[in-house]
Amino acid sequence: MLPIVVVLALASAYGFWLKRTRGNVKAKNVSALITAEKIGGPLGSRATLVQFSTAFCTPCRATRALLTNIVQDLADVVHIDIDAEDQLELVRELNILSTPTTLILDSNGQEVGRAVGAPKRDQVLKALAAID
Amino acid sequence: MSITTSTKTDVQLIDARGPRFGAVITTAVLATALATSNLWVIVAQAIVFAIGAFRGPQFTPYAAIFRTIVKPRLKSAVISEDVRPPQFAQSVGLLFAIVAIVGSLTGINALFVIATSFALAAAFLNAAFNFCLGCEMYLLLLRLR
Repeated sequence: MLPIVVVLALASAYGFWLKRTRGNVKAKNVSALITAEKIGGPLGSRATLVQFSTAFCTPCRATRALLTNIVQDLADVVHIDIDAEDQLELVRELNILSTPTTLILDSNGQEVGRAVGAPKRDQVLKALAAID
Repeated sequence: MSITTSTKTDVQLIDARGPRFGAVITTAVLATALATSNLWVIVAQAIVFAIGAFRGPQFTPYAAIFRTIVKPRLKSAVISEDVRPPQFAQSVGLLFAIVAIVGSLTGINALFVIATSFALAAAFLNAAFNFCLGCEMYLLLLRLR
């Protein structure tokens, strides 16, 4: 019985940690600029949301819907959804470990924040508001 | 403005509650396997994983129980999801089950316990937290290429 208790306790701890940290936008500074060429689409005039997705990823669909909805009302913010499988070079370069991962870029293509897991709406809006 | 660079668009959708219910039964079965160290329990689960991995998670016996007994009693709105993530997760489960069977057959009990424990943890995370560990590992595996 002991192994079961240990496994379920560890898995629960991991699950609660995931629930707490997934989707949080973490501030990021100092990294190479990400160009329009690299991500395969023009950057937004204020900000760009770069989403990395894979086929085997359920939260990627929800993330796509959320970010599409957010940029709908913002003319100066662009959402780009990249299939990680097609861009493994970029995935390694940007150190993307799981999908969905969303990078928030300023107008220069500087990464100012990133969210692993389906991002939380209010945190994305807050990060966007912080970019002038 | 939204731009999607992906070219893969044709996806098959299934009721997302089906695989989640399957994960609950899988958790119970794998816990039983771990508690009893019974080879046949893990073999049975491996067969279920194999059906889920090769034919699809909607064809497993667990999915049949969901469709006939559970689903008619559910009142919540149907949430559909792409069939590929749960199908991939089933193949990861199958891999762990095979390692556990090998451990059991060769008498390396530690191998059986560790492999079954990983599969149990993954099934439990799926059942309790709706988190797909197998799907999470997919990109990491791709990166190794």
